[in-house]
Amino acid sequence: MRRFHYFLKDKLAALSLAIISITVIAGIFAPWIAPNDPEEVHMELRFASASWEYLLGNDHLGRCILSRLIYGIRPSVLWVLVALVASVGIGAVIGFIAGYFKGRIDAFLMRICDVMLSFPGYVMTLAIIGILGVGLENILLAFVLMKWAWFARIIRTSVMAYAESDYVKFSKVLGMGSLRIMRKHILPVSLPDIAVTSSSAYSSMVLQLSGFSFLGLGIQAPHAEWGMMLNEAREVMFSRPEMMLAPGITTILFVTAVNFFTDSLQVALDPKLGISGKKRQGRPDSVAGRIQRNEVA
Amino acid sequence: MPELLTVEGVYKTYRKGGMFSRERQQILRDISFEYKEGECLGIIGESGSGKSTLGRLLLGIEKPDRGTILLQGESVEKRGGRRGRISAVFQDYTSSINPYFTVEQAILEPLTLQPDGMEAKRDKVGRLLRQVGLDSSFRSKYPHELSGGQIQRVCIARAVATESPCILLDEAISSLDGSVQMQVLELLKELKDSFRLGYLFITHDIQSAAYLCDRVLILRSGQIEEIVDIKELKNVQSPYAQKLLRMMIT
Repeated sequence: MRRFHYFLKDKLAALSLAIISITVIAGIFAPWIAPNDPEEVHMELRFASASWEYLLGNDHLGRCILSRLIYGIRPSVLWVLVALVASVGIGAVIGFIAGYFKGRIDAFLMRICDVMLSFPGYVMTLAIIGILGVGLENILLAFVLMKWAWFARIIRTSVMAYAESDYVKFSKVLGMGSLRIMRKHILPVSLPDIAVTSSSAYSSMVLQLSGFSFLGLGIQAPHAEWGMMLNEAREVMFSRPEMMLAPGITTILFVTAVNFFTDSLQVALDPKLGISGKKRQGRPDSVAGRIQRNEVA
Repeated sequence: MPELLTVEGVYKTYRKGGMFSRERQQILRDISFEYKEGECLGIIGESGSGKSTLGRLLLGIEKPDRGTILLQGESVEKRGGRRGRISAVFQDYTSSINPYFTVEQAILEPLTLQPDGMEAKRDKVGRLLRQVGLDSSFRSKYPHELSGGQIQRVCIARAVATESPCILLDEAISSLDGSVQMQVLELLKELKDSFRLGYLFITHDIQSAAYLCDRVLILRSGQIEEIVDIKELKNVQSPYAQKLLRMMIT
């Protein structure tokens, strides 16, 4: 949290963070924030344009589009986040074990990962849905099953590099336990890598879930989901193209925000930004500070 | 003086090539020597002679294939056995302190194993910093804000903080430039007298070894060529040691 103010300095990062947090909060508190019931049908209001009661208009069944968008955050954003956390968690545990202990355990775990990674992701997800049936939870399960190996791979590589460093060697010399070394030394330094890879995977997972829902494999009607809203709008694509705007723009905005957030996360978590109190005040006048602000040619 | 470290018949090989390869490369062969408390033993060899591997074995980070390394009668491989008995300073100053740690946190790390209260520990950090020639303003600095020589000083303070009788210096001054090397060497000599420390000084530089050490062990392709008192350095027996000496001095 000490590094939080680096986000606020970078305007694009601050904007992305704002979009992401507003979306997440709106999703969590959907019943209080949404102006109408998202599943309430008003056939007399079919394709109605925006009004004060229905700010973004109504869809083909006369349901409030804004409320459906807000409720749609739950599967599209929050449940994907849960799947992400689960697969990163599994990947991190396996990656840490493999990267820190090396040797046979590493070889064994990485061969399992190789097997997992040799399946094409999309096709396997479709196969799992085919076996378990259509539904949001099955897609999420497929995500966790297919993604953990990839995270394990990346986290292992990063852990391996840090486990070789001299400060880890010194802790070993001191006689510290492996768990303690991982917690105190390796976890903090590999956290930026983990955060960056997982947030970049997040945006693609959001898109994938929306894609599956668009195909009708995800969440089932009458529940709202962004991809499914797009699919419903597709049917009237030529007569009422504006129906695609709300879910389409929301998805694009959110995914773009996540991507920009990933970029700035990488910068903000750089340890070299951690500057002790005294120097920070003197910094704007230092050469480094001026170069950063492009004042020096 | 009692023996601190006893090394007996140590062999070490590494696997060459991939995980299914049977071929092994012999790094160390039949290493035996004794190290007395408070002495300063130099371990000299060319690059590839196995001196850093020997260092890792002595620190208990890696296990020898054969042979034993005893630290005050206990195997150095046991974590509890080496706690507070041996300490180290490494070569690469860019990775010797966790980039997220301040200097104070880095020096506090070995102190967490000691029973003192937090205040006493902080005092100790200040004292240690003074002893290595850095003032208290360095406490809150991060490693990337320090120069190579300053980081090595912090690492020395961190090694001294363990209160162990022996510090292994693995090429600790080799990556510093000339004048800073000399300053650090002088610091090491001072600390040796004031804390009655012993060093295991791994280096390829005979001159700095001669400056600091009481005895030197000359390593050649994984075997001990000769162990000689520093006063007798001029009359080394083996032809390899003579050649090494001539090369270094001229």
